[in-house]
Amino acid sequence: MSAREREVLEAVERLRRLRPKLKDELITLAHGAGGRASRVLVEALFLEELGNPVLAELEDAARIDGLALTTDSYVVKPLFFPGGDIGELAVNGTINDLAVSGARPLCLCAGFVIEEGFPIADLRRIAASMGEAARAAGVPVVAGDTKVVERGHGDGVYVTTTGIGVIDEGVELSPANVQVGDRILVSGPMGDHGVAIMIARGALELEVELESDTAPLHALVGDLLASCEGVRWLRDPTRGGLATVLNELALATELAVVLDEGAIPVRPEVTGACEILGIDPLYVANEGKLVAVVAREHAEEALEALRADRVARDAAIVGEVQPDPPGLVVLETSFGGRRIVDMLVGDPLPRIC
Amino acid sequence: MRFVDEYRSGDVARRVTAEIQALLEPNRTYKLMEVCGGHTHTIYKHGIEQVLPEQIDLIHGPGCPVCVIPMGRVDDALSIAARPNVIFTTFGDMMRVPGGNGSLLEAKAAGADVRMVYSPLDALKVARENPDRDVVFFAIGFETTAPSTALTLLRARDEGIRNFFAFCNHVTIIPAIRAILTSPDFRLDGFIGPGHVSTVIGTRPYEFIVRDYLKPLVVAGFEPLDVLQAVWMIARQLAERRCEVENQYTRVVREEGNPRALEAIAETMELRTSFEWRGLGFISQSALKLRDEFAHWDAELRYDLPGVRVADPKACQCGEVLKGVIKPWECKVFGTACTPERPIGTCMVSSEGACAAYYNYGRLTRPLEVVAS
Repeated sequence: MSAREREVLEAVERLRRLRPKLKDELITLAHGAGGRASRVLVEALFLEELGNPVLAELEDAARIDGLALTTDSYVVKPLFFPGGDIGELAVNGTINDLAVSGARPLCLCAGFVIEEGFPIADLRRIAASMGEAARAAGVPVVAGDTKVVERGHGDGVYVTTTGIGVIDEGVELSPANVQVGDRILVSGPMGDHGVAIMIARGALELEVELESDTAPLHALVGDLLASCEGVRWLRDPTRGGLATVLNELALATELAVVLDEGAIPVRPEVTGACEILGIDPLYVANEGKLVAVVAREHAEEALEALRADRVARDAAIVGEVQPDPPGLVVLETSFGGRRIVDMLVGDPLPRIC
Repeated sequence: MRFVDEYRSGDVARRVTAEIQALLEPNRTYKLMEVCGGHTHTIYKHGIEQVLPEQIDLIHGPGCPVCVIPMGRVDDALSIAARPNVIFTTFGDMMRVPGGNGSLLEAKAAGADVRMVYSPLDALKVARENPDRDVVFFAIGFETTAPSTALTLLRARDEGIRNFFAFCNHVTIIPAIRAILTSPDFRLDGFIGPGHVSTVIGTRPYEFIVRDYLKPLVVAGFEPLDVLQAVWMIARQLAERRCEVENQYTRVVREEGNPRALEAIAETMELRTSFEWRGLGFISQSALKLRDEFAHWDAELRYDLPGVRVADPKACQCGEVLKGVIKPWECKVFGTACTPERPIGTCMVSSEGACAAYYNYGRLTRPLEVVAS
């Protein structure tokens, strides 16, 4: 490569690290996609106005005096989809944000924004499914709120859940722990949830039997932390997928995340649907998977610990942390080439969760 | 996955690369243009440039349908979308393309009813479901997508759906290739010919390239091994001093193309006298408009459009990128003022645009070339 090309690329990298400026005048769907525009919105608006040291960590859950606190809103469309519904998603999603912060979830609160005219039977079905998910996970919904908005001012029902958990002594998961040589693990095939929702909308007229992977991960995380040393950092790759969480890791650590394309588990149905839609499965949402960064010498042990659990029986080691190129995620393609896996721009699949 | 993995095998790639290398003359650089944006995307997505011998320099051509739409046409689309009774339907790629007055994504946020569709037939369905609204489809693309617009128009006529309108921006590939060949900056050794376009037009229309300009062309598929095999076929032609149109994509492309698709286009559309291409300027007989028989379904006749030519931003060098005169990173605003989230030029928008492909996938530093002093 020429010296000039390298200079240009270095300038791009410097720019990527500058605190982003919010130049848009209106909110677009891209601000909700979990990619670059979402990050700009959070950092240049919310962090600026609400900023404090706990929020500034921008982790999946805030950590305060041994407690973890998190909140998440669910606007998925359709409300009922193969493998789950908005209620189950709202319980599992918030449990997972606590779990990957290293917390044992204690309880949840739930807020409902309901549109005038919404069938009570559907609301009961959603509440029943939340109750079932909460009981199965052992994490009860202990408080809630309901609001009703005029017809046409909501889309059926939106659910927000807030969760609180306890971080046991000695558990400290943070990008700061991540070191060169660490291995990247995923707990199963990528992209099931996002593609299942897309297909459930029916707009594509694809006949594929695929279910959302929505599942609580706190038991899996508990077992992993109890049985394996060297777990540095965990995330659940929801909106924006595996690519987005690994980009956040690379930027936070100023290290490179190098992935082996052939090692990343993706179901053939998901690969096929993504090929047709022109989407990369690495950017598609998951709702019952985690990404773990584990010290090299404990990686096999962690893999075994994950595979011992039914929800992670297809876990795999998919990459490693390297020094170069700093701040970037690189994919070694099955074809033998290398490419960047960048932050997502725009929103190929709105309202997935 | 069957029918995909076979075309992505690293082992086969290494063998083909070795065969390509054996065909190359030492100390010579081979500049090959992939005309089609789909190939540009494949090349970056699979890291093909790193697999190929360094002597092969792939130049990214003008065949990205989103990239060649001039700003004035985007402004026309925005003016249609802003009308109160209009549902404006578009392929997702066009949503973020900047015109002189913003993008469709911004128009949607500001209240316009803009909907993403995967096919013009989806737009026709929207029209059927909303008989009181005008449903406009932003028809873009080369001969690849023109048949689906044509079939949709035929269906609208046959079903008597009169609230569907096509805003036709279909372009044709041959005039664009001719513009590249006659450009004073032209320095290429051969072409990787477009695959999907050729399924429609066949391989005969490329004969003038080998006859008049003496450049080999190989029509190629879109999997990485397709591209690699096409490079090998061009290298073999050059080594054997041959210059022919060859077809690597035989599993899909026929010499005569797809006569039924061509008939559908001919029944509904005809050539415009001239059409502006982003970066390439006005090219005569390079685009399609609806025939008089389909005047009722023609959005250009239905609405009073601004139709103003909007000059590209001064800093934007999409034209040079589309002609392959400069590499994406050589553009003055690449990656700084022009990024995928805030694009100045169209090449930075579509995943098939050379700048977006390079920015999103190719931005890897490699060892510096040793420059002889």
